[in-house]
Amino acid sequence: MSKRIINRFPDRGVAAALALLPFLLLLLAYAFASHARLAINADDKLLPSMASLADAISRAALEPSKRNGELMLWADTAASMVRLLIGLGVAALLALASGLATGMVPYIRATFAPFVRVLSMVPPMAILPILFIAFGLGELSKVVLIVLGIAPCMMRDLQQRVMELPSEQIIKAQTLGAHSGQILWRVVLPQTLPRLIDSLRLNLGPAFLFLIAAEAIAAESGLGYRIFLVRRYLAMDTILPYVIWITMLAFSMDLLLRALSRWAFPWFHQGKESA
Amino acid sequence: MNLLEVRQVWKEYGSNIVLEKLNLSVKEGEFCTIVGTSGCGKTTFLRMLLGEETPSRGSLLLDGEPLPGEPGPDRGIVFQRYSVFPHMSVLDNVAFGLEVSRSRVLGRLFGAARRRARDEAAGLLEQVGLNHALARYPSELSGGMQQRLAIAQALVKKPRILLLDEPFGALDPGIRADMHKLVLQLWKESGLTIFMITHDLKEGFKLGTRLLVFDKPRLDPHAPGRYGATITYDLAIGRKEPGLLDEIESSVSETSRFMHDQP
Repeated sequence: MSKRIINRFPDRGVAAALALLPFLLLLLAYAFASHARLAINADDKLLPSMASLADAISRAALEPSKRNGELMLWADTAASMVRLLIGLGVAALLALASGLATGMVPYIRATFAPFVRVLSMVPPMAILPILFIAFGLGELSKVVLIVLGIAPCMMRDLQQRVMELPSEQIIKAQTLGAHSGQILWRVVLPQTLPRLIDSLRLNLGPAFLFLIAAEAIAAESGLGYRIFLVRRYLAMDTILPYVIWITMLAFSMDLLLRALSRWAFPWFHQGKESA
Repeated sequence: MNLLEVRQVWKEYGSNIVLEKLNLSVKEGEFCTIVGTSGCGKTTFLRMLLGEETPSRGSLLLDGEPLPGEPGPDRGIVFQRYSVFPHMSVLDNVAFGLEVSRSRVLGRLFGAARRRARDEAAGLLEQVGLNHALARYPSELSGGMQQRLAIAQALVKKPRILLLDEPFGALDPGIRADMHKLVLQLWKESGLTIFMITHDLKEGFKLGTRLLVFDKPRLDPHAPGRYGATITYDLAIGRKEPGLLDEIESSVSETSRFMHDQP
């Protein structure tokens, strides 16, 4: 008697193989298509062969560039990561401060929560020209775009998380004689930190989006800058590895944040399945 | 003098009357159990004692003074759930109450002061039978152990009044009997005044020195919010007559069925 499909679970090994399957299929499909195109036209640039991809990767990562002697991939990565990490850091601090204040204090919530709600609806890309005018074409405007892009949503999210803490806990802390500051410091803040990490993880994708967008429009280095630069030469052998590299960076940052949360806040993860 | 004095208290939300004409005086050291069906204002009454709600009319006096409008350390509370801090170990959960009063700015003690607070907390945890679980997080404890922790946490401030809001409602019957023993023992040792809400009439009879039944004396099927609940029985336990439990049971369940039938 066979079970319903919703009740059938793969064991660990099968699950791992299944997880790899879509990646392998994509790779195979690419290799096949690339081979087919190159068979018709050996100079085709759209789907470069694995060999020319490997060649381009080693040029970008290992050979100093002729123009300025830098290792291109690493210089681009460093430039982009500095922007991204500053942007994420500032957004996280803003979200934490705003989330705690609006989540805990009714007067501050009444004053700022509607404002943040409206702010989060401003399309960040639409104000990018304003940022370039106000902050110039340098690093600052790129960081500000990332912050403006993700901070308002994180502020709203954190306010929600703070308000979701069971009121029983807050009342209990008051019956134990704690004042507002002590409740903030010892009860609410420690429980908000793992939720801040969750919020950061969810906003990694948008943060990269705003980073690449800012770099595409005005920059002299960076992963997004490079992709949009070599686009003019149809250099798919550079673009494709860069896209994969950016994806790997974002994915490993997500894994790192998850590991950090599990290590620092074990009580938060007990008894729940998390993505 | 009475510890707590409730005089002609009403609680209304708009046109919905929850409590009406509530009068009660309680002496220090009494153990009042509060029973009644859902929607009869038991929890509202407890929230008023906490300071979370204020009466619409009438007055609530603690030691002859109006009750403060917010929770404070003279009134401890144990809820049915969520009353311990999930991010603190068992020991820290209890030491927290000591730390916030001894370190007014940070709410955190260091060095010898910290050790002293933790020793005191450990002593209390031994009384409730949790001395083997000091380093664990609440999520690693069973429901009964979490409630023991919540009780120890509330007692560390030596409150004058302990409020228990259906503290054992979610526990297995066997565990519940153990908890009854613990609460009675702590009450006898400390001389606390306890208010305990329970759904279980037998539990109310077994534990309290005084049983308060919250019920609606008048029911209007066309406007269930028209009449509020009040204390319909106020009994010193021990003087109960045979058959009284049945009488209360049938009166309370009539209200319960009535409330249940309302949309």
